[in-house]
Amino acid sequence: MEFIYLIFILMLSIVAGFELISKVPATLHTPLMSGSNAISGITLVGALIAAGSANETVTIILGTLAVMFATINVVGGYLVTDRMLAMFKKKKEGEDKS
Amino acid sequence: MNVDQLINLVYILAALLFIIGVKKLSSPKTARQGNGLSSLGMLLAVVATLWHQDIIGYEWIIVGFLAGAVIGAISARVVKMTAMPEMVALFNGSGGIASLLVGWSVYHVGNSLVPSTTIPIILSVLIGGVTFTGSLIAWAKLSEVMDGKPHVFKGQHILNILILLILLVAGVFLVIKPTGTFWGTDVSMYWIFILLVLVSGVLGILMVIPIGGADMPVVISLLNSFSGLAAAAAGFVISNNVLIVSGALVGASGIILTQIMSKAMNRSLGNILFSGFGSVVSSGESTQQGEVKPITVEDAYLILEAARSVVIIPGYGMAVAQAQHVVRELAELMEKNGTEVNFAIHPVAGRMPGHMNVLLAEANVDYDKLREMDDINPIMPTVDVAIVIGANDVVNPAAREDKNSPIYGMPIINADYARTVFVLKRSMRPGFAGIENPLFFKENTRMLFGDAKHSIQGLVAEFKS
Repeated sequence: MEFIYLIFILMLSIVAGFELISKVPATLHTPLMSGSNAISGITLVGALIAAGSANETVTIILGTLAVMFATINVVGGYLVTDRMLAMFKKKKEGEDKS
Repeated sequence: MNVDQLINLVYILAALLFIIGVKKLSSPKTARQGNGLSSLGMLLAVVATLWHQDIIGYEWIIVGFLAGAVIGAISARVVKMTAMPEMVALFNGSGGIASLLVGWSVYHVGNSLVPSTTIPIILSVLIGGVTFTGSLIAWAKLSEVMDGKPHVFKGQHILNILILLILLVAGVFLVIKPTGTFWGTDVSMYWIFILLVLVSGVLGILMVIPIGGADMPVVISLLNSFSGLAAAAAGFVISNNVLIVSGALVGASGIILTQIMSKAMNRSLGNILFSGFGSVVSSGESTQQGEVKPITVEDAYLILEAARSVVIIPGYGMAVAQAQHVVRELAELMEKNGTEVNFAIHPVAGRMPGHMNVLLAEANVDYDKLREMDDINPIMPTVDVAIVIGANDVVNPAAREDKNSPIYGMPIINADYARTVFVLKRSMRPGFAGIENPLFFKENTRMLFGDAKHSIQGLVAEFKS
């Protein structure tokens, strides 16, 4: 039953995703990509459990690497997206004709 | 309420924040705030996970987290805006391999490997592996560590089919018998699993190698989608709904971008992935010859000085020449001179979706001036001067006129409809797709040869003097 319930969540999320993302304007496609990329770093949650429950060499290596890569994805992705979005601004009135 | 339920409630909150965050990306005004909300969601999900009952120690978490945070933060800070496609490719790859490793470690622990767990494990390894190596190749091509040409070799399709078969068979075996030894032999099933990991990586390489530099926007979008699907698969592995929700969001986003990109190139995804485009078409006979009319910076200035409306059409060449700042300066000078200046941006200009917009935003161009192809084309005939900076295929009238052209049918910016067209170009070499561009020979076209940044600096100096 749980499997069915997870499929149910998957389907609803895909529909929501299509609805939301088709409204993003072309000018923001690069930040959308890097931002959604950061969201896909959510696999960090799985990595944390893997690393935190590891009790032998192989699982420790796998878990720690998973945490590291997922963190690169999350931290790097959000920071770089923020850096880009900070540049998208409208010039204030009177500022341009200087 | 027990801890487990509490954690799950936080996950729901995190998923909600991701969704609101993406919704706020629909306008440049709220986008930054949206990204902030999304990162808050991530923080909540991570903190909640630390209370998960299976976690017995934190030392390795801390090691991995610190290493990843330092690498991620430094690369996000130092990367140049022109190198953004490479950066996104690398982040993508990290996400992919993380999902692969999560799947692997669950397989290694080996508790309750029923099909509803093993199938997602196999998928997260497969998609994660393809994402990882595919992104590395995309990175190598974009950063020119590897040349951007499509690499095709004989028997490539057969090899691909063979690899898919191996993956399918290995996958089915692992579902039927996740552990123990291979039927009637001493070979441990673990080796079959390792084979799956390795062959997934090989598939990623083979998938991206035949794709040319100009098709990279599509590949990056597709890999982005894959990294989401890999996360969703990892969500099924550990029965975690927040992974599924966010993975699906990202998967959908990548698929939409892939569709937009393919449509903007008038080609199907299959054609882009499997045709090795660009390697075969350059033989097309160049019938539409004519005389190329060069122009000097001084004469170009005189025309721009008298123009009432100007449209600037940037392409990847602007990024290569790092010309975005001088372009903005030129635009401001022309505006001061009473000229209306707009930027026309083709969906596949640059090496990733929205690449040009980010560069121009970096150079402080108002985002209202960045116009989409469909907005600008109707007013193109009323434009005095169209300045094409380092763009080629996206303004190629052959897409409209020449039925034999490999890009026939691709929507283009109708630069040639403007009264005068300036093309800033290094030389007469054809673009990445290797296709002749009749725009260069048109009656109203003037070629301004040389480095784009240098030419524009010349124009800026003329305006200032």
